[in-house]
Amino acid sequence: MRELNYVITDPQGMHARPAGLFVKEAAACKCTVKISKDGKEVDAKRILGVMSLGIKQGQEITVKFDGEDEEQACEKIKTFLEANL
Amino acid sequence: MEAVRGKSVYGGVAIGRAWVYDKGDSTVKRQHINDTAKEIERFEAAKETAKEQLKNLYEKALKEVGEVNAQIFEVHQMMLDDMDYVESITHMIENQNVNAEYSVAVTSDNFSEMFAAMDDDYMRARAADIKDISNRLINVLQGKEDGGISGNEPVVIIADDLAPSETVQLDKSKVLAFVTRHGSTNSHTAILARTMNIPALIGVDYPEDIDGKNVIVDGYGGELHIEPDEILLDKFRQIKEEDAGKQKLLMELKGKEDVTKSGKRIKLYANIGGVSDVVSVLKNDGSGIGLFRSEFLYLGRDNYPTEEEQFQAYKSVAENMAGKKVIIRTLDIGADKKADYFGFDAEENPAMGYRAIRICLKQPDIFKTQLRAIYRASHYGNIAIMYPMIISLSEVKKIREIVNEVKAELDSQQIPYGEVEQGIMIETPAAVMISDILAKEVDFFSIGTNDLTQYTLAIDRQNPHLDDIYDSHHEAVLRMIKMTIENGHKENCWVGICGELGADTSLTEEFIKMGIDELSVTPSAILKVRDKIRKCE
Repeated sequence: MRELNYVITDPQGMHARPAGLFVKEAAACKCTVKISKDGKEVDAKRILGVMSLGIKQGQEITVKFDGEDEEQACEKIKTFLEANL
Repeated sequence: MEAVRGKSVYGGVAIGRAWVYDKGDSTVKRQHINDTAKEIERFEAAKETAKEQLKNLYEKALKEVGEVNAQIFEVHQMMLDDMDYVESITHMIENQNVNAEYSVAVTSDNFSEMFAAMDDDYMRARAADIKDISNRLINVLQGKEDGGISGNEPVVIIADDLAPSETVQLDKSKVLAFVTRHGSTNSHTAILARTMNIPALIGVDYPEDIDGKNVIVDGYGGELHIEPDEILLDKFRQIKEEDAGKQKLLMELKGKEDVTKSGKRIKLYANIGGVSDVVSVLKNDGSGIGLFRSEFLYLGRDNYPTEEEQFQAYKSVAENMAGKKVIIRTLDIGADKKADYFGFDAEENPAMGYRAIRICLKQPDIFKTQLRAIYRASHYGNIAIMYPMIISLSEVKKIREIVNEVKAELDSQQIPYGEVEQGIMIETPAAVMISDILAKEVDFFSIGTNDLTQYTLAIDRQNPHLDDIYDSHHEAVLRMIKMTIENGHKENCWVGICGELGADTSLTEEFIKMGIDELSVTPSAILKVRDKIRKCE
């Protein structure tokens, strides 16, 4: 299991388009990927769940990886978040 | 055969099939299903078809509006594949033995309510996305055509009312006329009809079952004829032919100069609302663009346009106009033109509220992005800028400071830009009264007669009950225009008109007497106004 904490810097927060891109990245991972905010956790591979978290600028999210490619998956998502959100 | 009266906002005649603009709320009946496995199969197949449609829309949008704007269709495809959404539908079919349409409709309500209940405006607006994909699915399940205008045949658009974001999405080549139940003479549909040179009726209480019926839109008499007989059809075909003949005569004016009999040259420019309108400016022989409404870049989308997107749009227009003047009006959003992502508060009185330059000066980041894009594009053509809704000298000075900052930034980055003429819109009585002072600060004035009339007469132009007293020929308005021209000329500031009055040929002679330098009109009116100018002294 790997865990990643990240604070959103994009002023728009994780709105539809970045949420879509994020889910695409997560869906490409073999391991399970969960994302949570304020104790509410959802499957990061499901866009409606991710959007329902209503992630805004300045908020901290936690992404959990569990499975065979968790190491690379964590790195990949980290790079994605830093570049896009 | 049936006739319904309405109010004409633009002349002309159209004959064709009625097509009711569906806001997408289909009614769905709950039905009992025995073979649930087969129903789920039907749902899966519909989902694939819907995704295929979205893929095509994505490709179309990619070419027309660029990747950033097209991405929403990709997000819609992902939503359709979302397992929470899909499982909710398939579980309902399986466990409650109900039809797919009903399961989609209920799931849609549940998910959109979830978004509607969120504390974030932006996310609340996503409820519309859920409804959108669900309606698409239901339409496929019910065998209805995709949301756009179906078939290749042009149609008469029938709607309750059309929002600017909805008209943006219409394929203009398939629209013969507009008929709406609501709207006013100055609504967007009316303005669009004039731009497209097609008839439009408002305030028409059309019957619910009009979809698909043959209709005549009589923009002269203000009537909609439903399923007309041959005699009536013949009569209107003849009127149409006569119109076409007149149009042909006007085309003979192409290539002629815009000079009065006594030799005064008038700059006859065009108003446009998007990159694609340049075609009709060139077709109608416009000698420049006097009003390039930049709002189209901001409307009908869910985030601010980037500097690069704007730059590409402005550059493309400047290049296509090949050295002819292109006057870009900076963002004039607010009032009746809104975009969710701006996060505007609801206003009691939006026409006098937070709009246009007021937004740009309070949120300089938005303004600077646009200015950078315009200045970068100025390297590729003859670009001028004008600023809307000015009421004071301090605004003009503040704008100049920001423009200077933008130019300094571009200089330091060694990005080239051209000479950009600076102008302001004169559309408030305040600007008219101090036009002697403002004239010292800018290169030109452009009089926006629609807003100037509204503010001078204190008449809300969106209110259909006031259409009969909204008089743009009011002496007060004409005096305002005269005063602006005189004060401008004293300071070598040229003066134009870019509102609807610019194309009003019953006033052309008077404007020329007042000394007007430029008239900017909807592309389809250029030749009509040229004809008038050439007949004036």
